[in-house]
Amino acid sequence: MTTPHPILRQAQGPAHTRMYAVGATRGSRAVPNAELAPAIDSSDEWIRQRTGIITRARADADTGAVDLATGAAREAIEKSGVASHLIDLVIVATISNTRQTPSIAAVIADRVGANPAAAYDSNAACAGYVYGIAQADALIRAGAAHYALVVGAEKLSDLVDPTDRSISFLLGDGAGAAVLGPSDFPGVSATVWGSDGSKAAAIAMNHTLVEFRDGVSEWPTLRQEGQTVFRWAVWDMAKVAQRALDAAGITSADLAAFIPHQANMRIIDEFAKQLKLPESVIIARDIATTGNTSAASIPLATHRLLAEHPELSGGLALQIGFGAGLVFGAQVVVLP
Amino acid sequence: MASSTDDVLAGMAELIHDETGIATDAVALDKSFTDDLDIDSISMMTIIVNVEDKFDVKIPDEAVKDLKTVGDAVSYIIKAQG
Repeated sequence: MTTPHPILRQAQGPAHTRMYAVGATRGSRAVPNAELAPAIDSSDEWIRQRTGIITRARADADTGAVDLATGAAREAIEKSGVASHLIDLVIVATISNTRQTPSIAAVIADRVGANPAAAYDSNAACAGYVYGIAQADALIRAGAAHYALVVGAEKLSDLVDPTDRSISFLLGDGAGAAVLGPSDFPGVSATVWGSDGSKAAAIAMNHTLVEFRDGVSEWPTLRQEGQTVFRWAVWDMAKVAQRALDAAGITSADLAAFIPHQANMRIIDEFAKQLKLPESVIIARDIATTGNTSAASIPLATHRLLAEHPELSGGLALQIGFGAGLVFGAQVVVLP
Repeated sequence: MASSTDDVLAGMAELIHDETGIATDAVALDKSFTDDLDIDSISMMTIIVNVEDKFDVKIPDEAVKDLKTVGDAVSYIIKAQG
């Protein structure tokens, strides 16, 4: 077929990508259960037993999600060995940017020396980081970018109600970041991802900003239907995790680590049980002292795992995020 | 085929024991999951999912909220089995 115009050149990238390095920043204050328990008529023991959380990291009033993101990004870039000006894609996964525009991504791209990288925020809640890795991998292999910075950043303490017994006491603040780029070997597997908006109410803000503005509601905060979320997070997500292993062409015996979203220790324990992971697989349990940090939880947990178990470097990790939407995403990565 | 009340009760007692360590003979039809057996919401959901497997029934989340006692659950399972 002849066309009335010259043939367009389309981008094409490298065959493979991998994660080069991760970085992490946690809220500076370790908030113990005892500080939160009175407002929900609870106790340190009750919270530990039901969530496995001992302390959660929370940021001070002057620190925003954008600042946490900047710290994590700087560490990841420095450790990656990639010059910051070569990063031409910045994706920030977040649900807690209280300034809706500009994006955190554009601001931190400039702060870390990656200006004028393509930059945007994405909202996929606790699956946001996995979504970000999927996008970075795809965009690099498609030739749309060369090096990518993916950050999960949350200051969830701005979205909590101290008297809420459903989710608020789980939540913490932090950011985790990863740098991705071309690779000689496959370092990021196919991603299994999706959503189920029929369960949108299972984890949600209890009011809109408009209701707050009009004086008909309090400041919007997060709520969840615990039992519905628990069943979905364990049994439905165990199936998604298995599909991700199948898509990667591996079995759980090939894994070095399992890094689920750090929602609740009971979910992590039951999840691992359902997956029948071999004992050799190290399970990330960062939630005990960080709390649930939504989009930041997987990279924060990865960062801790690599610090505590440097031998995991080069091994395979199954990471799975799941949360408000509902949305989910899972993939296998080669740990940096 | 529908099971008998005794069969379902015995099966539930086993699943409750597996999840919580509560002795099987402490599980009776009139016991409340929360007030008598002190089963929290996460354990309750684990038991429900295992009940679904064992008795081949579906118990939706909305129905779980109404199951206050072991007897409520046993009746629900027998009815769901048709």
